[in-house]
Amino acid sequence: MREWVVPLVLFAGLAAAPFAGFGEGYALTLLARTMILGMAAVGLALLVGGAGLVSLGHAATLGVGAYAVVVLDANGITDATTVLPVAIAAAALFALATGAISLRTSGVHFIMITLAFGQMAFFTASSLAAYGGDDGYTLFSRTEVAGTRLLEDRLAFHYVCLGLLGLTYLFCRAALAARFGRVLRAARENALRVRAVGLDPYPYRLLAYVLAGAIGGLAGVLLANAAEFVAPSYLSWQRSGELLFMVILGGLGSLHGAILGALAYVLLEEWLSHLTEHWRMIFGPLLILSVLFFRGGLAGLLAPRQRR
Amino acid sequence: MSPELLLVQALNGLQFGILLFLVAAGLTLVFGVMDFINLAHGVQYMLGAYFGASLAAATGSFWLGLLLALPAALLAGLVLEFLVFRHLYDRDHLAQVLATFGVILFLNEGVKLVWGAAPLQMPIPALLEGGVALMPGLQYPIYRLGIIGAGLATALLLWFLVDRTRAGMLVRAGATNPEMVSALGVDIRRLFTLVFGFGAMLAGFAGVMAAPILSVEPGMGDTPLILAFVVIVIGGIGPIRGAFVAALLVGLIDTLGRAAMPDLMRLFLAPSPARQAGAAIASMLVYILMAAFLAFRPAGLFPVRTG
Amino acid sequence: MTADPLLRIEGLSKRFGGLTVTDEVWLDVLPGEIHAVIGPNGAGKTTLINEVSGVVAPDSGRILFGGLDITRLSMPRRIRAGLARSFQITCVLPGFSVLENVALAAQARDGSSFRFLRPVAKEARLNAAAREALDAVGLADRATMPAGALSHGEKRQLELAIALATRPRLLLLDEPLAGAGPEETERLIALLDRLRSDYAILLVEHDMRAVFALADRISVLVYGRVVATGAPAAIRANPEVRAAYLGEDEA
Repeated sequence: MREWVVPLVLFAGLAAAPFAGFGEGYALTLLARTMILGMAAVGLALLVGGAGLVSLGHAATLGVGAYAVVVLDANGITDATTVLPVAIAAAALFALATGAISLRTSGVHFIMITLAFGQMAFFTASSLAAYGGDDGYTLFSRTEVAGTRLLEDRLAFHYVCLGLLGLTYLFCRAALAARFGRVLRAARENALRVRAVGLDPYPYRLLAYVLAGAIGGLAGVLLANAAEFVAPSYLSWQRSGELLFMVILGGLGSLHGAILGALAYVLLEEWLSHLTEHWRMIFGPLLILSVLFFRGGLAGLLAPRQRR
Repeated sequence: MSPELLLVQALNGLQFGILLFLVAAGLTLVFGVMDFINLAHGVQYMLGAYFGASLAAATGSFWLGLLLALPAALLAGLVLEFLVFRHLYDRDHLAQVLATFGVILFLNEGVKLVWGAAPLQMPIPALLEGGVALMPGLQYPIYRLGIIGAGLATALLLWFLVDRTRAGMLVRAGATNPEMVSALGVDIRRLFTLVFGFGAMLAGFAGVMAAPILSVEPGMGDTPLILAFVVIVIGGIGPIRGAFVAALLVGLIDTLGRAAMPDLMRLFLAPSPARQAGAAIASMLVYILMAAFLAFRPAGLFPVRTG
Repeated sequence: MTADPLLRIEGLSKRFGGLTVTDEVWLDVLPGEIHAVIGPNGAGKTTLINEVSGVVAPDSGRILFGGLDITRLSMPRRIRAGLARSFQITCVLPGFSVLENVALAAQARDGSSFRFLRPVAKEARLNAAAREALDAVGLADRATMPAGALSHGEKRQLELAIALATRPRLLLLDEPLAGAGPEETERLIALLDRLRSDYAILLVEHDMRAVFALADRISVLVYGRVVATGAPAAIRANPEVRAAYLGEDEA
């Protein structure tokens, strides 16, 4: 089926990359960053593209996941069977609490509320002196998998990220195509119509918000492991904006587009920051131009969409 | 906390609230009239501060700096409107968010390039230096009182303009039904530009006033922007009255909260964790307030839009 | 044949600011009947439908549906209880296909929508139910078109199909014939006639020919008040009604 070509090529490419000349440390770092941010972007794409909910506070879910790793690390707990569930649950709970309130609004209000909650999380992280406060926290060790230090092997880490990204992608894709996704997509087009057939959009949207949060939390765990360092900046609104950029760059409504967007962003950031210290002065206008003129996104370029 | 300290902090809260109001007023007008979410409003505030500080340094006079900074901020706002914003009015909110986000990135970096990353200084004008005795033994800076005064005056002016003039009526009408207003033959584009420019100037004005007491540095507009959003959520979109009350509320709660929280926490915790917990909770207070409003009164203090 | 009314509106009132839009309305709909509501523009007919379906909350009064007090229930709850409505200003999902518009309605009545793994477009049962509804209103050949591309009259038919697919007991129809051409009107009148036996219908309409052809009972709404209720012949002869309403139109 044509809809699977691009994602398959993408995942195959990511799987083969370490053996196709991108196997040394720095390239692997960039690839890991791509996959981790891509995972968060896929969750966000589910929310934005699927449900039409523009969250400007998504980075907070990654931050919650990352800080969960930090808190457990500070208490000597590094085993994946504890760290993963706790981090994901923490992020999901955060999403549940903030989503329950935010989703009572819509449109601009919603965007502002998610931004504000994200800031709240940011300030909370900054004030946690025991976990580094503003300066951040360096992990004592990466998360241990079944007692081994598997994640410290860069190649292994690469494939763990890829595997989790793949699972996330498949799940989100299935969810969007299933009954759940139909309700979200319909509510996005016309919420009144959905209510008029007897369905209340709220529980579905809340669940989508929580799912996106949980995915963000998972990405946060990987992020903490990749950098072995966690700082409050992980929750900043600039990060949330960057995630939204990846979603829109990839093409709204496209999940694999979000991963492409993450790739493009990481490469762009890499390239630009080598050009000049003031790379944001180039990135900003690029962002503006891509919003103004590049509506279909990368996914739109690669595969003409038959039906949304 | 002693009553003197309480009074000082309350005044500080009022002053902070007034500044917030000036920023939020422009934002809520723009949003109410044009349905345009402008994240870049915070940089207008920042530009005002930068223009004010550098023009004051160049001319040697605070007042000249203030006077010249206003048209400079207006001009900057109009340029942004022309180059970027007016292409976004028809677009959805996501596009607006991202494009204005790009503007923030560009300008936050831009001021670093032009003025350097170190904070600029702006001296308090001689006329407003020093303190005045509120109570025996309690001095309060005249400058801050000046801010409160200027802010109140501006609020009154704004209320008068919006409520009592023809242009203001058009603005209010445009907020509830832009199609109809343009069908009446009013040039809606010019109205938008007018509203936008005015809002930019208000934010710039707030920035100049804040410059002597806050540090003028890249990114200084980010926090006021987010707080302005909170103000709008609490105050309701559109009406100036709502923004005013909400801004004072937010300013007071934030300032008093930060002052009182560590002490409050010390009732339960040891000094060091109390300080931390206090700081953490204080910064969350405003957002908790916002969340409470959303839970119980989503339309804001003075809801105006129907549907 | 006196059966219990399926829908009972008791003393419903609503004010918007200083304007009384619904003024102590008492009305009921029996199973198997078509009860038409007519009245001049601005009489509050759409508001009445909004109040019964749950879009607008009345200030006072009660609404009983099948014996259940639905006055405080949300719209989705009322729909699930067996109410369905069509909208005067069509309210469809423009980006979805015609089939999927109706399939959504079928899905809403077919168990939980919290399913994540099976592709919904392949659910045969939902699609079959959707096709059935589309056949009934005569839109079967438009199934794969995006709903936004339908003509105005076709959107009306789609609204009806969506309402039918929720398998309701009562249909609230808000001017289903407005803007329909003569052929479409005939078709819709025939359809509504067929539906009569399976559903109770509260029909708001301006097309007097259709109203008098279809209605078992007619209520006349003027300035939010019911000024007369009765069989079509009685309404036609009622002098107050003639003066207020029928006098302005050609009956």
